[in-house]
Amino acid sequence: MVDVADAVPGAPPGLGPPVVPEFQIVPLRGLPIVAAAVIALIVAIAGNWLWALDFFHVVGGGMWTAIDLFVGFIVGPILGRLSVQARIEFSTRFMPKMLLLMPTLVTWTLAAGWQLAGKLGNLNAGYGRHGWLVASYIVVGVMAVIAIGVLEPANLAVLFELKKPRPNPEIIGRLMKRFIYTAGLTGAMQVATLVIMTRLAT
Amino acid sequence: MSTIGTTTRKLPPVAELAVLTIALTVDGGVYMASHLPRHFSLAFPITDVVVCAALVATNVVLLAGIRPFAWRTFFLVGKWALVGYAVISGMLVYVFARDHTPAGPMTVLALMLIIWAVDIPVLLAFTVARYAEP
Repeated sequence: MVDVADAVPGAPPGLGPPVVPEFQIVPLRGLPIVAAAVIALIVAIAGNWLWALDFFHVVGGGMWTAIDLFVGFIVGPILGRLSVQARIEFSTRFMPKMLLLMPTLVTWTLAAGWQLAGKLGNLNAGYGRHGWLVASYIVVGVMAVIAIGVLEPANLAVLFELKKPRPNPEIIGRLMKRFIYTAGLTGAMQVATLVIMTRLAT
Repeated sequence: MSTIGTTTRKLPPVAELAVLTIALTVDGGVYMASHLPRHFSLAFPITDVVVCAALVATNVVLLAGIRPFAWRTFFLVGKWALVGYAVISGMLVYVFARDHTPAGPMTVLALMLIIWAVDIPVLLAFTVARYAEP
């Protein structure tokens, strides 16, 4: 465990600097599960099996959407109101898991979704709801830029900062704020995904 | 360099250029995905790839000029991010190849994914290393 620098904004006075529990930035125990998930996806695409593609797209997309909404609108605001010590303890347990979970779910959803759309003939311009499909590409594209360009680097930088012998609370505060705001933004965009996907499936 | 220095230090806009590159590759990818499997003009996606490649090259030059910098941290993060994004990009190339995407669009898509697989690790590595002690 390491101490965060003494001048932590919001830290209760007289209780000493918050401590950072031991944690792994990338949880190694989760890597075989990720590998298995990616291999299963490759097998489904290679076999071009309708049920398997549907499963990966729906399960991956449902979990991706639900997690984004939950983190953006439920966990994020709660996290913002917690004490620094509680925020650190939550982040060191939560963020490493997100580092493995979210890219896996996104890969499942997009790769299986593209293959599924191709198999069902939805990619053709002649498909009656092609416009909705293009709208979904745009929404996913914007979310990808936000998630990969802003959210993921902030997540990783917080974890590295927390690994330092004396983490800087100013850096952690700034990056956590960025993480919470962008999680909320992608959560809001997921509402658009829900509208588009239910429209396509109806 | 002190810890305070890592928060106040002025650095070149590597992160901003990397995010712009991601946005442009996504833009090109969406354009192509919305036209496939039909035949379409590759003028826009090719321009997109050229601009993105120029941005990545600019970022490499900007990065090389930063002194001092936490290169050990940069390469530690960059190396593993590169492995991760190479797998993701490989998956996407596989899906497009599996769908018999025509050679022209396939080449442009592969180039976009290569840029993507290099640009994102640079962004992740830079974001972490900028706060690390050189």
